[in-house]
Amino acid sequence: MTVPALFFYLFSAVAVASAFMVIAGRNPVHSVLWLILTFVNAAGLFLLVGAEFLAMILVVVYVGAVAVLFLFVVMMLDVDFAELREGFLQYLPIGALVGLVFLVELVLVVGTWVTGPGIASAITSPIPDASKVTNTEAIGRVLYTTYVHYFQLAGIVLLVAMIGAIVLTLHHRPNVKRQSISSQNARTRDTAIEVVKVKPGEGL
Amino acid sequence: MNWTNFFWQTLWPIVIILGQSVLLLVALLIFVAYILLADRKIWAAVQMRRGPNVVGPFGLLQSFADLLKFVLKEPIIPAGANKGVFLLAPLVTCVLALAAWAVIPVHPGWSIAEINVGILYIFAISSLMVYGVIMAGWASNSKYPFLAALRSAAQMVSYEVSIGFVIITVLMCVGSLNLTKIVEAQNGPWGMLQWYWLPLLPMFVVFFVSALAETNRPPFDLVEAESELVAGFMVEYSSTPYLLFMLGEYVAIVTMCALATILFLGGWLPPFPIAPFTWVPGIVWFVIKVCFMFFLFAMAKAIVPRYRYDQLMRLGWKVFLPLSLFMVVAVAAVLHFMGLAPK
Repeated sequence: MTVPALFFYLFSAVAVASAFMVIAGRNPVHSVLWLILTFVNAAGLFLLVGAEFLAMILVVVYVGAVAVLFLFVVMMLDVDFAELREGFLQYLPIGALVGLVFLVELVLVVGTWVTGPGIASAITSPIPDASKVTNTEAIGRVLYTTYVHYFQLAGIVLLVAMIGAIVLTLHHRPNVKRQSISSQNARTRDTAIEVVKVKPGEGL
Repeated sequence: MNWTNFFWQTLWPIVIILGQSVLLLVALLIFVAYILLADRKIWAAVQMRRGPNVVGPFGLLQSFADLLKFVLKEPIIPAGANKGVFLLAPLVTCVLALAAWAVIPVHPGWSIAEINVGILYIFAISSLMVYGVIMAGWASNSKYPFLAALRSAAQMVSYEVSIGFVIITVLMCVGSLNLTKIVEAQNGPWGMLQWYWLPLLPMFVVFFVSALAETNRPPFDLVEAESELVAGFMVEYSSTPYLLFMLGEYVAIVTMCALATILFLGGWLPPFPIAPFTWVPGIVWFVIKVCFMFFLFAMAKAIVPRYRYDQLMRLGWKVFLPLSLFMVVAVAAVLHFMGLAPK
């Protein structure tokens, strides 16, 4: 009983502290690294409540793919920190205003938050029974039956986003020499080499 | 609650887990020391050299001599380096590589943690391995490591996709993410002909090549291509941090060999379920299979020339991804229409 509690406080303390460091860090690369630590600790919290599949997927997708791209972009940016801090006082009022609006919204949302009537019993005795069905299977059962249309819809949204990104970034400039792998591989000795008889003193 | 009760119920399991972990780590590190030697010996044999043969009989103690040398040298941190991240990078690489071994069953029931999502855990850990390289490349504050870091990030992320699809095809045949169940699903009267390497042969090849790329092994070692990038992301590293990188790299290679063994070569199962083979304990078969996989890795290093970067990307995205995606659909169709799907 005490060990899971200990790990809960460890994971949540590190998660909160590193989430704070994400916004407090001066160096953007350090911020992304702190963000990764936050993700990993959130995965640890998932593990503690028994959602092992979600924990692993969180690490694979967010830490293994999304955060790599973040880090990639941030590393390439040439950020001048002195310049960034220059306008701090100038932007302080508007920043404070945005922060205040978010704070008020959060308070309004959290203040009116009620736990649903069946939730407490759903956590203590989930259906299907957690001891009989692994949670990968449990997620699969609802995802591919009840919510299959939403699942497909999410897939289509991602596909559209991907095609949109490709269309926006793909330029075919006319004067660029391109490599054609198939024509390179199709080259044989007959097409590549030509034997020419050169008569002395005449050249080609 | 009194003290003895607390000790036996809370502390004792932790002590047992710690003991098991230490035992596994020691065994694994000794195994890695000899696999490193084997790598150099195989490489040397292909090139008709003798390889390391000075320290100990047949050079058997070479890896330990190297360890001692690395530890005793002076670690140099470049003045322009980002010190914290620079020192964190080799630790991340090494710790993650070792962490993957927590779930690998080398014998029925012999793993530190028998978890239901074992294969996903290994996949998650191996997708984190890229951070060691990126952090090292960025923190070195030097152009060759940085170029290597960019290359490696793209390379490891691309080949992870096809590894993911290979794992999915195996999982469809098994019906579980548990590593022990994956091995048990390959058990049957046909022995080694029933292991997944034969029914899923194209995926075994895709997995092997992707594993080479994922662990930055030749012919895909563009991350540390010495002819163009000096030594890639490791340029600025020396002594113990360098040792940690090398260690992490080889442990990751052994992990990939173990994963190939579990997914395609039937883990601890004997090649044929008849008398002389079944007398040998499972762990011996497991180690033999891992060594066989490593031999393939070492031969690939010795005989295949290095890929060019655009060829590498083309192979990953235009050959392996469509192939493995097609195989996922094909295997799913076969399982569904032949009624072979688990449960």
